[in-house]
Amino acid sequence: MEPFTTFRGLIATLDRANVDTDQIIPKQFLKSIKRTGFGENLFFDWRYLPNNKPNPEFELNAPRFQGAGILVTRNNFGCGSSREHAVWAIKQYGFQVVIAPWKEQDGTRIPGFADIFRNNSVKNGLLTIELGPDEVDQIFGLVDRFPGLEGTVNLEELRFVLHLDEEIACHFDIEPTVKEHLLRGLDDIDLTMEHESDIEQFEQSHSFIGVPD
Amino acid sequence: MGKTLFEKIWEKHVVKELPGGTFLLYIDRHLVHEVTSPQAFEGLRMTNRNVRRTDRTFATMDHNVPTDSHSVIKDAISRAQIEALEKNCADFDIELYGLNSDRQGIVHVIGPELGITLPGLTMVCGDSHTSTHGAFGTLAFGIGTSEVEHVLATQTLRQLKPKTFKVEFTGQLQPYVTSKDLILKLIGTIGTAGGTGYVIEYAGEAIRSLSMEARMTICNMSIEAGARAGMIAPDDTTFQYIAEKERPFAPLNGDFDQAVVYWKALPSDPDAEFDRTLIIEADKIAPQVTWGTNPGMVLDVTGAVPEPDEVPGYSRRDVDQALKYMGLTPGTKLTEIPLDTVFLGSCTNARIEDLRRSANILRGRKKADNLRVMVVPGSQQVRQQAEAEGLDEVFKDFGAEWRLAGCSMCLGMNPDQLKEGERCASTSNRNFEGRQGKGGRTHLVSPEMAAAAAIEGHFVDLRTWTTE
Repeated sequence: MEPFTTFRGLIATLDRANVDTDQIIPKQFLKSIKRTGFGENLFFDWRYLPNNKPNPEFELNAPRFQGAGILVTRNNFGCGSSREHAVWAIKQYGFQVVIAPWKEQDGTRIPGFADIFRNNSVKNGLLTIELGPDEVDQIFGLVDRFPGLEGTVNLEELRFVLHLDEEIACHFDIEPTVKEHLLRGLDDIDLTMEHESDIEQFEQSHSFIGVPD
Repeated sequence: MGKTLFEKIWEKHVVKELPGGTFLLYIDRHLVHEVTSPQAFEGLRMTNRNVRRTDRTFATMDHNVPTDSHSVIKDAISRAQIEALEKNCADFDIELYGLNSDRQGIVHVIGPELGITLPGLTMVCGDSHTSTHGAFGTLAFGIGTSEVEHVLATQTLRQLKPKTFKVEFTGQLQPYVTSKDLILKLIGTIGTAGGTGYVIEYAGEAIRSLSMEARMTICNMSIEAGARAGMIAPDDTTFQYIAEKERPFAPLNGDFDQAVVYWKALPSDPDAEFDRTLIIEADKIAPQVTWGTNPGMVLDVTGAVPEPDEVPGYSRRDVDQALKYMGLTPGTKLTEIPLDTVFLGSCTNARIEDLRRSANILRGRKKADNLRVMVVPGSQQVRQQAEAEGLDEVFKDFGAEWRLAGCSMCLGMNPDQLKEGERCASTSNRNFEGRQGKGGRTHLVSPEMAAAAAIEGHFVDLRTWTTE
């Protein structure tokens, strides 16, 4: 995996909450046994008309969002199925960063991204950034007002900067282990195999129920 | 302080705590299917790695499988994916229950059926509905393809520790109200992200009274509330289910008795603390019907399609979009929405009890005119059992299609799909746009509700329904 350090790109907005992985990459594209070729089918059912022409009503088809590298969206992005194809599609389309807000509800904070989607993102070097609802509202407003608005993410400093005449910066949080993983572009299996003797030892003392040994 | 069911299993499976708060967690069982595994096996080949524990890894094919014939797969790309799994299992020495096996079926149906799923284990699969297995008091959750590869290679996963969430259902369910209604009610209450970051434990009187298969339905849809895993403490119902018939991978005799000792120690201690708790009065729950495009957009069957600005937790724009997609007008009673298709199937509701309960409602009746009714058993074993009980005849006499095991119209990755604009009462788990076929409109309900809808051509409140 390529390390993720900083990224500057055009910001696109998708003003929908609970975007599920069935929308991100519909099921007919999961039949592939490859890891490539998903970008052109990202958001397929929203993005294309029945005649396979781009749907002009779909947000990301707007001329001003072409070439975008940062996607800003709403709460609970990536819910639904575990398909990692969703992350492959987003990356292969050209997004390196997805930003979504957390949500306050009944005294608890609901994360911006669904669990499995977020795990899959980390494994593929797609950075998911959670910001406050007000900050995300502000970004939506600014992208509306300033076509072509770009942003820069600095993962080391945990900063997201909007390139306006007067720059606006937000701080974001991320688990130290996830940050390290992305910054160094680490291969998880290699890392785990460093603990192979621990796994062997565990297996010797672990009581396996069922399945004859 | 006492420990929760989740904590007890988690602690028993931590191989090592790694710096930065990551835990290396041992995985007891790994289920594999054709859709999320090919790239993982490709990864193993590229790096010259092997499958660490072939004896803990079980494969079947379900998503792509046609349910009219298991011998002819017309779609070349689906066929290639199925053949890839056959080759991968042969090359890496993994047990495969393929299309010719009488053990084939939806991965979350065959796991419990074969005794692969047992209390106190950790279990994963490249499929979000792996939460199903939590019904046994198993820590079971869905993973992506990179994690599938990681488990194949190391039999472990690198995980951050989730938080715990206890949902207690007090009182007893009303007649014709099922565990499907419990979970839909919960999702309607907390939303589709309300459980994100948590492992849910379902508890309370209403849960204790549920059969194992009903418990699987509720745990299955934990992911629809955002929770990767849902669990229910094992009890006599659990032990009896495991022992009641031959399950090739379950322990027997002395091994079984020894396992029960471990299993009985698993339930959350009385003084265990959860990060979050919620109490729901189960006796007040009505049959549920979804009206929108996610499982949280759900109402009592007595309700009406909401106005766009009266749905708590959703923006007007999102509700507008859902209503437009679903072709619904605010104010329409849910019982007055005409249906085109009824689908009885999926890892949520295609076990033998689901088929028995729906057959009891359909027996001796005829389906509504112009309605398509599909009954798709969750596994070949469920199919055989149903045929031994004559349920297939009940369905066929009713006018339903009696099909072979597979995921079928739950996700339409195979030929079973809704057409543009078709409206379906479905016992599956997701009513997302296009889920059952592009432009298809899904209403999620229990098997009983689906069966009654198949008679009338629209939903009814089973509690007050009378029919000719």
